[in-house]
Amino acid sequence: MASKMIRDVIRDTIDAEMARDDSLIMLGEDIVGGNGAPGGPEAIGGIWGTSGGLWAKYGPDRVIDTPISESAIIGAAAGAALTGKRAIAEIMFADFIGVCMDQIWNQVAKFRYMFGGKSRCPITIRMPYGAGYNAAPQHSQVIHQFVTAMPGLKVVMPTTPADTKGLLAQSIRDDDPVIFLEHKALYAVKGEVPDEDYVIPFGHARQVTQGDDITILATGMMVGFAEKAAADLAQDGIGCDLLDLRTTSPLDEEAILDSVERTGRLLIVDEAPPRCSLATDLSALVAGKAFSSLKAPIEMVTPPHSPVPFARELESAYLPSPEKIVAAAVRLMSYRKV
Amino acid sequence: MQLSREALLKAYRQMKTIRLFEERLHDEIALGEIAGFTHLYAGQEACAVGVCEHLGPKDYIISTHRGHGHCIAKGCDVIDMMKEIYGSRDGLCKGKGGSMHIADVNVGMLGANGIVGAGAPIAVGAGITAKSNGTVSIAFSGDGACNQGTTFEAMNMAVVLKLPVIFVFENNHYSEHTGEAYAVGAESMTARAAAFGMKAIKADGIDFFSVYDAMRELIDHCKAGNGPASIELDCERFYGHFEGDPQRYRGKGELERIREERDAIRTFRQKVTEAKLLDHGDLDAVDAEVAALIDRAVAESKAATRPTAADVTQDVYISY
Repeated sequence: MASKMIRDVIRDTIDAEMARDDSLIMLGEDIVGGNGAPGGPEAIGGIWGTSGGLWAKYGPDRVIDTPISESAIIGAAAGAALTGKRAIAEIMFADFIGVCMDQIWNQVAKFRYMFGGKSRCPITIRMPYGAGYNAAPQHSQVIHQFVTAMPGLKVVMPTTPADTKGLLAQSIRDDDPVIFLEHKALYAVKGEVPDEDYVIPFGHARQVTQGDDITILATGMMVGFAEKAAADLAQDGIGCDLLDLRTTSPLDEEAILDSVERTGRLLIVDEAPPRCSLATDLSALVAGKAFSSLKAPIEMVTPPHSPVPFARELESAYLPSPEKIVAAAVRLMSYRKV
Repeated sequence: MQLSREALLKAYRQMKTIRLFEERLHDEIALGEIAGFTHLYAGQEACAVGVCEHLGPKDYIISTHRGHGHCIAKGCDVIDMMKEIYGSRDGLCKGKGGSMHIADVNVGMLGANGIVGAGAPIAVGAGITAKSNGTVSIAFSGDGACNQGTTFEAMNMAVVLKLPVIFVFENNHYSEHTGEAYAVGAESMTARAAAFGMKAIKADGIDFFSVYDAMRELIDHCKAGNGPASIELDCERFYGHFEGDPQRYRGKGELERIREERDAIRTFRQKVTEAKLLDHGDLDAVDAEVAALIDRAVAESKAATRPTAADVTQDVYISY
């Protein structure tokens, strides 16, 4: 057991998987860095520090530094994966999905279906995402709501170092395409990581706190916010059953419904704007399948229907926060049917 | 022309199979027998066959929305292809893809593709695998896809990574319903490909031998580790963009003229008989054999199993 930051867990897990499987390659912009420049290769090792040293260890045929060409990155990873390789593609900011959406949505996600189940495309698309860095509207967004809606993709959102290791290993070894979303604000989160090899199967939520009053569902950076809110609420005697969904596709419907049937109250925290989102999807699930258990209307804590703003005050106002979650929880507990 | 008699007969058989497959589809679609969009390849046979006669199962190709010819040339089963176009559960893709998505990864055919320009990036990835296998990867594109940014990204990345990828641009002079003279801003696709830093040549896309000889040169170039290459093939589309296209953009007498003067099958027959490599009897025998195959493919497709509602959610994932 060692204490590690999530960014180092990602690097070490890729390293272990590259050593384990000779067919594994990775591609991305500046994942090596410095090629064709006076500073020389490995000047960067990924702008998030998630691929340092891998080029020197596995060489340029397996750790492939690419031009800024997101469509070609996804297409190349997909073509290699269709023809017998296993591939990791890094899109430097999830926001850049806009320039490679066709390759993800129309190609990678649909190959197996369109080809009658006769192909496999084992590709892990890693995408750093999320707000919290004052990076402005085009470098701060979440995209899980889009990719979760796409049949053919699996969507993974780790929040702890130990989960990151097991979920990334599972993503890379999975024979279906996986979107692996890394929250930028969580890269420096540190925690204990078991030394042995392990994978965490998809579709199993993590129980973060236990309680009988409110079910809270969260992903990514929202899990930590909800955990803080749950600790505050516990002081007032309100018990929160907080589930970190871990994967939004597949979704652990059983854990969600079991919890809501016990608590009778649901609070969803989502970093996406409120329309056609994960929050509305989970809300529809519970309203449809656990309606009779609900003691109060479902609460959703989300940003407003707005792009992510730049200035510190604006970004803070935009994002959900532990305080906003507490306020929603209080509304839930004080609801009385009239 | 150094091909054996067997190789010549095989090339002719492939081209004739494509021609009769497409002509028969044209008739069947007019009868309302087939659902959806179909884009016929007739007229361009020498392109697909001139390229694919060099390739083995570990060489890869990716195709376009006009993909039947590439599929046949690369070795997809013709009867299973026809069943797929009819939407049968027994089709090559179990009726999930249809005309625009026929694929057989096992023979190195990575799919026709409904998105113009989507194939070239995927061919770059197959080129990564090809580099480690000592094979080549082919991106078929048309004069429409040549203007897509994805094609530019793919060409640049193949040059940067020195991959054995050949970008084959079949210039049939129409991107859907718009002329090449309007839509291709560069002097030519060849000039544009050369500007990316790759070997770029042209060949006559209605002459099998012109395509075949040029491709030999490019494949040798790629396999020697020189990075990607490009070829522009001047060819003709005998039918519309899609079946049902009234083709109002064509000039008066244009279709009659290209069918008379620019026919790949007739050109092949003329060359091999004049050079006394094959005689008309040999070629007529192939014609009869192919016609029987296509009849059988259609008959079997009409009788083939239909998919059911339970099939809708199959093969979305390997496991979920």
